[in-house]
Amino acid sequence: MKRVFVAILAACAALTTGAPASAATLDTVKARGSLNCGTNGQLPGFAMPDAQGVWTGFDVELCRAVAAAIFNDPSKVKFVALTAKDRFTALQAGDVDVLIRNTTWTLSRDTQLGLNATSTYYYDGQGFIVRKSLKLNSALELNDAAVCVQQGTTTELNLSDYFRANKMRLKSVTFATLDEALKAYDTGRCDAYTTDASQLYSVRLKLARPDEHVVLPEIISKEPFAAFVRHGDDQWFDIVRWVVFAMLNAEEFGITKANIDEQAKSDNPEIKRLLGTEGNFGEALGLTKDWVVRIVKLVGNYGEVFERTIGQNTPLKISRGQNALWTKGGLHYAPPVR
Amino acid sequence: MTDLAMPAHKSVAFVRTTPAPRVPRPPLPGGPLHWVRTNLFPTPFNGLLTLLVVLLFVWTVPPLVRFLFIDAVWMGTSRDACLPSAANPDPGACWAFVRTWFSFFIYGPYPMAERWRVDVFFALLAFGTAWLLWLDAPRRGLGAAFFFLVLPVVSFVLLSGFPAIGLPTVDTASWGGLLVTLVVASVGIVVSLPAGILLALGRRSTMPAVRLFSIGFIELVRGVPLITVLFMASVMLPLFVPPAWSPDKLLRALVGIAIFASAYMAEVVRAGLQSIPKGQYEAANALGLGYWRTLGLVVLPQALRVTIPNIVNNTIALFKDTTLVFFVGIFDFLRTIEIARVDPNWATPVTSTTGYAFAAIFYFVACHFMSRYATGIERRLAAGDRR
Repeated sequence: MKRVFVAILAACAALTTGAPASAATLDTVKARGSLNCGTNGQLPGFAMPDAQGVWTGFDVELCRAVAAAIFNDPSKVKFVALTAKDRFTALQAGDVDVLIRNTTWTLSRDTQLGLNATSTYYYDGQGFIVRKSLKLNSALELNDAAVCVQQGTTTELNLSDYFRANKMRLKSVTFATLDEALKAYDTGRCDAYTTDASQLYSVRLKLARPDEHVVLPEIISKEPFAAFVRHGDDQWFDIVRWVVFAMLNAEEFGITKANIDEQAKSDNPEIKRLLGTEGNFGEALGLTKDWVVRIVKLVGNYGEVFERTIGQNTPLKISRGQNALWTKGGLHYAPPVR
Repeated sequence: MTDLAMPAHKSVAFVRTTPAPRVPRPPLPGGPLHWVRTNLFPTPFNGLLTLLVVLLFVWTVPPLVRFLFIDAVWMGTSRDACLPSAANPDPGACWAFVRTWFSFFIYGPYPMAERWRVDVFFALLAFGTAWLLWLDAPRRGLGAAFFFLVLPVVSFVLLSGFPAIGLPTVDTASWGGLLVTLVVASVGIVVSLPAGILLALGRRSTMPAVRLFSIGFIELVRGVPLITVLFMASVMLPLFVPPAWSPDKLLRALVGIAIFASAYMAEVVRAGLQSIPKGQYEAANALGLGYWRTLGLVVLPQALRVTIPNIVNNTIALFKDTTLVFFVGIFDFLRTIEIARVDPNWATPVTSTTGYAFAAIFYFVACHFMSRYATGIERRLAAGDRR
């Protein structure tokens, strides 16, 4: 029902204005002098302001990377906090140029909303947290377990799907809000608590004794986070997609914020193409030759951003897991720049 | 004739000749025990209620005091301070968290270097409000002009910036916290009173166009929830106008709130207008006063006085309704607390509770002051009713 509604809105938008879809987004952004980036605003590690009012997080850094590639200045971003309900409409209406808001890439979102997902920048999925004292090693041992879960979410559906597929009996205990579900788990009403893995880590910190709980290795659903742009502007689509690819490639070649100046002198043809000392790939995107240099120098490569915002040195301590490069057993595989 | 003179020694039998002996006064109803009996236990049922209330207090107040003060953590730089420890096995409110995030609650993501501008705005607003609300203040006309004409312009320039005079532009997306709550509430209140009066007059007008417009406006706006108005303003509007024309997000919310508050205020004022007897209008007409002077000198002063409790009621409700702007992605005061409480650096079991307790205290204090001020005004304006 909601999808239908949003689709109707999208159709109305296309009929009445037409303007946001047809004007070249890159030109609009350049003329405005800043990028409007739609983001969460309340998700630790991904997008929220800190106590000084400075936006921080993984999604936020990606927005900054796009701004760095365009303006050579990562601060030229206006962050627009969007709720789950109005995020797509805001993008359709042209309120934001790009939506980087922990949004799962699904077929319907890619097709029915007049939007395009550019590429997966973070592989998320639903996981479980249990008490260490239960001595569980796998989610498959959760038969007959009471699981606390938030009501009416895809999380709840995934949970029952998983238990049914594995022929396990489920006693789900549902709550209206995440906080209530967590509280119930903490006070011992449930054996396990389930939500997206990226949130399990921050949720664990809210427990009375975080050290007594452990995140199980199983990921039971696919939640690939992608950046979204409007249909009909392929140049802008390419820019957003290749900014993420550039950061992944930079990590793959060991190009970091610190060593970028030395790497620019490298003889490796792949690095030369990436950093623009050979070929003209940045200009083909509508950017400058040194677009990757700008991104890495001002924001960092993918791994650096990951570690800085959600990695081991942050309170969240999310491990790379599926988000490691393909060379290190993960899923991130960026096409070559050539 | 009879002899009226009475011999001195022959007294009348029923007249006492000596004063009665002094007796101790009968026990007066009084003393603490009597007070307790008449006020707390006059009937068995009331006695039961008293006991229940006392029980309720015993159950709630000591734990609350313990949570908010005794077990509370006042100092600290990270979540470790508010986690259970040997010294404090069951920590109460984590005030250290509020201290760390306090500036965010006030300014939101407003750029650090420009926050002095917000401070100046707060000072001007406080000055203007005091001048306007203090009934014995000198030159109140000038105060009103300052509040309604100078302050909005100066605040706008100050807060959103004016590069030509060296104030860098600060986009409203970066406004937040108490700043946004005060801006939204004061715009709502300041616009709604005059607009409400006009709408109320329009609704009672004999001119059909004006009356129909007022009725339509009031009924339409009152018929939908505020959240719908805000959602329409912030989500739907940009779909129908080109991005270049689409107004600022905060402005959209401000317009939505102002429209909504005006419709409610109109009905409150209309109730006041209804309460003025027809004789007052006729008397004013007989004195040769025109429509506007009748209103200004006779009707409105009386109508507004009787509606003060309702106007204040509306104002307080509006002040709290401003929290709804967070649904359209604007960081008002409550929303900044909502953000802060998910900060992993301060994630503890008590963080959310502390944040909400702080919000509750803030809103209570703010609304309480509004209500006290209104009570004072009412008492003063009701002086004529006292004999």
